[in-house]
Amino acid sequence: MSDRLRKVIHAFSAVADLGVEIADTSDFDEMVTAALQVVLGALGVRRGAVGEYDADAGVMRFVAARGHAEGAPSEVPFSPMEAEALVGGEGAAVSVEAEEMSADDKRVSLSERFLSELERSRVKLLVPLLVHGRLEGLILLGEKASGEAYTVEDRDVARALGRHIGVGLHNHRLLREIERRAEETRRIYEELRGIYQGTVRAFAAAIDYKDKYTQGHSERVGKYSEIIARELGWSDEEVEGMAIAGYLHDVGKLIVDRDIINAPYKIDAKQSSELNRHPAAGYEILSPIKHPYADIPLTARYHHERVDGRGYPDGLSGDEIPLCAKIVTLADSFDAMTTDRPYKRRREFPEVVEDLRRNTGQQFAPEVVLAFCRALLKEVRSEPGQQQRPMMRLLGKGYLDAAQGEPMLTQLITELESGATAPVGSA
Amino acid sequence: MNESARSGSPALAPSRAGDVAVVYAGDYVNKMSGQRLERECRLRLEEGARTVVINFRDTELVNSIGVSILLGIVDIAEARSARLVFTNLNRHNQKLFELLGLTRCVALADSEEAALAEFAAPAPRGH
Repeated sequence: MSDRLRKVIHAFSAVADLGVEIADTSDFDEMVTAALQVVLGALGVRRGAVGEYDADAGVMRFVAARGHAEGAPSEVPFSPMEAEALVGGEGAAVSVEAEEMSADDKRVSLSERFLSELERSRVKLLVPLLVHGRLEGLILLGEKASGEAYTVEDRDVARALGRHIGVGLHNHRLLREIERRAEETRRIYEELRGIYQGTVRAFAAAIDYKDKYTQGHSERVGKYSEIIARELGWSDEEVEGMAIAGYLHDVGKLIVDRDIINAPYKIDAKQSSELNRHPAAGYEILSPIKHPYADIPLTARYHHERVDGRGYPDGLSGDEIPLCAKIVTLADSFDAMTTDRPYKRRREFPEVVEDLRRNTGQQFAPEVVLAFCRALLKEVRSEPGQQQRPMMRLLGKGYLDAAQGEPMLTQLITELESGATAPVGSA
Repeated sequence: MNESARSGSPALAPSRAGDVAVVYAGDYVNKMSGQRLERECRLRLEEGARTVVINFRDTELVNSIGVSILLGIVDIAEARSARLVFTNLNRHNQKLFELLGLTRCVALADSEEAALAEFAAPAPRGH
C-alpha cells in the first residue's frame, strides 16, 4: 500500500470518527475537544485549537485547545471584515507561514493583533469553519509532528473535517439561541403571570371593597381553595389556578347594587333574585378573558350550585358540577360561617363541623369536605411555629384549639371515609 | 469484536522495572482506550518513571483520536523530561506513525525486552 493511499484511508477513517463525535451533542465541550483531536490525529499535529466566532461580540472564542501557548487568551477580537475575508475562500485552509502562502492565502487580510496572536501560538494553518456562507469558527493548527509543511492534500483533509466541525458549532449556536429565547419567553411569561395575579388580586380587593362586611372574603376563599386543591394532590399549576378561581368567584357582584350586598337585614325575594344573578354575571365577565388556567369562568358560574341539585343558577347536581366549583362552594361557605356578618356573628367551630357533616352530599361534595378536613386536621395537629398554618391564621387566634378541633375533625374524617355522611344521590 | 475488546483495555497489567514502566495498549486505540492509556502513562510518570514503554503488541488499529492522544502523551512525557518508547508496532501502525510524524517524537524498539535492555539506564534530561 502506498503512503498516499494509507494517508487517504486514515483521512477517511478520521471523517467517520468525526461523524460519531459530532453526532453526540450532549456535551458541547467534549464534542468539540474530540473533534479537535480527530483533526490533530488525522494530520499528525501536536498543537491546535478550535475557535467559535461570536459575531455579536466581535470575538473569536477558543472552545477547545491542545498544546496552546502558555497564557493564551480565551478569546481574541475578530472583526466582521476578518470574518468576511475568511468566508471569501469558501472554507479553504489558509496558511499563516509566509513561505507557504498561496496567492489566495495572501488575499486574506487579518488584523495585526490576530496575526501576532497566531504567531505567538505558533499557528501554521487556519481552517475557516463555514456553514451557509457564514463563519462559525476556525481551526488553528500548529506545526505537523513530522516537521513537514502542510501539503495540498493536508489542506483538503482539514477543510473536509472543518465542514463537519462547522456544522457542530452551528448547531450549538442554534441550540444556545433556542435556549436563550426559551429563557426570555419564560421570563416574559413569569412577568405576565405576576401581572395577571396582581390584577386578579386587585379585582378581588375591588369585589370585597364593595361589600364592607366581608372584606378579605375573596382572598380567604382563594386561600382555602388553594389548600383544598393541594390536599387533593393537584399540580402546582392547578393549585395556582384554583386560588385564582377562588379570588374571582364573586366578581359578578360588581354588577349587583351595593345596597343589596350591604343590607344589614334579611333581603327580600326581589333583592335575593338580584343578588343571585352574580354567578352568571361573573361567568359573563370572566369568559372573554383568556386565562392561563382552566375553568375560572365556570367556577364563578357554578359556585352556588349544590351536589343535590338545589343550587343556582342552573340547578346542576353531582358530577355535572366541575370539581373546582365544588371546592369554591365549600371555601365560600366555610368563610361565611367563620367570619362575622352584619346580621350575625360567626359560628363556633363545633357548629361549623356539624354544618359540614349535615350538608355533605347535599350542598358540599364529600371528597372536597374530606380533603378540607384532612388539611385542617394537619394544621391543628402541627405545633405553632413548626410549619405554616394558613387556615389557622385565617381563622384567627383562639378560634380553634387542638384539644377541641382534633377529635371533631378526626370523627368527621372517619365518617366521610366510610361514606356515612354522604346521602344517596350525592356527588 | 466485542465491546470490551474494542474499548481496548490494556491486555496486560502495567509493570515496572527500575525507573522504566511498561504499559500495554489494547487492540484498538480509540478515544476511550486512548484516554485510559494516557491516564496509565501519566500515573507511571507521576510515580517517578523516567521511561515509559508502550507495548503495542495487541494493537491492530489506531484511529485518529488515538493518534492525537498518543501525541498528547508525547507532550506529557516531554513536560516531565521522560522518554517514551513504542514497541511491538505492527507494520501498518508503524507506517502510519511514520507518515504522521509520531515516530519522530518517540524512540522505537522491536520488543519490550529490547526496550528494557536498551533503556533501563536513567533517561537523559531533556529527551
